[in-house]
Amino acid sequence: MTTGRPSGGPISERGGDTIENLIEIKGVKHAYATASGPLPVLDGLDVSVPTGTFAAVVGPSGCGKSTLTRLVAGLMKPDEGEVYLHGERVKGPRKTVGMAFQNPVLLEWRTIMDNVILPLEIVAPRMSRADREARAMELLDMVGLTGFENKRPSELSGGMRQRASLCRSLVHKPEVLIMDEPFGALDAFTREDLWQTMRDLRRAEPFTTVLITHDLRESVFLGDQVIVLSGRPARTQYVMDVDLPEDRTLDVLYTPKVADMLHILRDQIKIAQGRDGGAH
Amino acid sequence: MLYKIAVPVASILIFLGFWEFLVWVNGWPNYKMASPSDLPPAFWQYKELFLIMGWQTLWRTVVGLFLAVVFGTLLGMIIGFSRIARDALYPLLVGFNAVPKATLVPVIALLFIGQHDFNTVLMAFMISFFPIAVSVGIGLSTLEPEYRDILRALGASKFTIFRKIALPKTLPEFFGALKVAATLAFIGTNLVEIVSPHGRGLGALFKSGETNGNYPLMFAVLIALAVLGIVLYYAVVFLEKIFAGWAERAQS
Ligand SMILES: Nc1ncnc2c1ncn2[C@@H]1O[C@H](COP(=O)(O)OP(=O)(O)O)[C@@H](O)[C@H]1O
Ligand SMILES: [Mg+2]
Repeated sequence: MTTGRPSGGPISERGGDTIENLIEIKGVKHAYATASGPLPVLDGLDVSVPTGTFAAVVGPSGCGKSTLTRLVAGLMKPDEGEVYLHGERVKGPRKTVGMAFQNPVLLEWRTIMDNVILPLEIVAPRMSRADREARAMELLDMVGLTGFENKRPSELSGGMRQRASLCRSLVHKPEVLIMDEPFGALDAFTREDLWQTMRDLRRAEPFTTVLITHDLRESVFLGDQVIVLSGRPARTQYVMDVDLPEDRTLDVLYTPKVADMLHILRDQIKIAQGRDGGAH
Repeated sequence: MLYKIAVPVASILIFLGFWEFLVWVNGWPNYKMASPSDLPPAFWQYKELFLIMGWQTLWRTVVGLFLAVVFGTLLGMIIGFSRIARDALYPLLVGFNAVPKATLVPVIALLFIGQHDFNTVLMAFMISFFPIAVSVGIGLSTLEPEYRDILRALGASKFTIFRKIALPKTLPEFFGALKVAATLAFIGTNLVEIVSPHGRGLGALFKSGETNGNYPLMFAVLIALAVLGIVLYYAVVFLEKIFAGWAERAQS
């Protein structure tokens, strides 16, 4: 069943002690130094993501979602609170993380193949070229880019570029995949295609995911839990467990159960935006 | 291919024809204005001098330009990566760039008396490093953070990020600046050769033509300079095609 949990609750208790939380964020506070003084962006952020699961994070624009991804990736440290991966404090970047952004940031001077193997050049410098290409091909096949490996990024459509970008963020078999609105710039149909690709990738590879999105349907279709952040400074406002079958098809989005879930999430977003939450 | 050669050749022929016509119609004598038909004899008469002097001018320009590339790239990296360095160095750079370089000829001539090669190379360098430094600096400082983060998130060093992403990504801007810099370096070399002549380089040959009232020689030098300038420019274009050809493909 769908369970709403108020913020500040014992979030890390979920599932008892048997499931390890790959990602644990506890009481994180952070403020950016700006010309007009410190800008608090995170204030009491708690997130737990069990190993192998998919956490979708939604929240008003500018509330601090991208900041959250940078914390998990070890690209910055919070002022207060802790971020753990595997129960270990995150002190800096680590090779077991993959990142994808709204902008696919493919390198125009490299072919799609060479773009995808880029992380391996850093993470596995001794790996042979043939092994790298074999691994990249495995992913390119999975996302439907077979035959495009020697093309340049500019020869691909937006959706295909984002697929290539996904392959690049997974090529080194990361434990954690962090995606910051990866499908935000795509049209609705392409986006739905990519949701299904994402679902299939999850079935084939064992990564744990944090997905930032502003699309509630996307969060429910892909997520095992949906985390709603409050307006800036963001805290964990609401967590929804998505109790849907693993093998979801797009049809599930048109069931009454999902309609109810989307309704609850929409109300939570309204609260996060500081507007009235509607009838309760 | 034929088209690519025919069009520029035709335009040059038309230009020369117009020039010849202008001299003929005005009845200008040789000591006032040379016509294109005077030039081949001038080249022929001084062909060895042209080769020697042309080589002088060319190598000084190329060495100066090479130093400008090395120094300009380093400076650009400092400006691009460090905010403080950018704020501190920009006014200095802009100020230095604004100083007409002709005013520096006597200064360096006095500083390094008799070091003609050195003076000339130094001038070519000083006049041409600025666009390179600025383009590299801007290219690096405007790199979208995501480009950096895809490697930074894996623990890649700053140098690796520079080598694999920032440097190749700024190459198109770099070559744009290098075309300007090549032209400037050429101007710098000739400036020293003409203003403080010491018997070397095309600039000195021009000066001697002027002193002896040999107008066909002077114009022949101008043409030789133009040809060298074209060679230099297209050498840069050639390198650009090899190292940054992808940028052209990406746009089409
Ligand atoms: N490096 C920074 N320095 C100063 N302010 C920043 C910086 N990065 C983000 N911000 C500000 O922090 C707030 C949250 O940013 P972000 O995490 O990107 O939000 P979101 O991804 O939810 O839209 C925004 O108001 C943004 O302007
Ligand atoms: Mg964001």
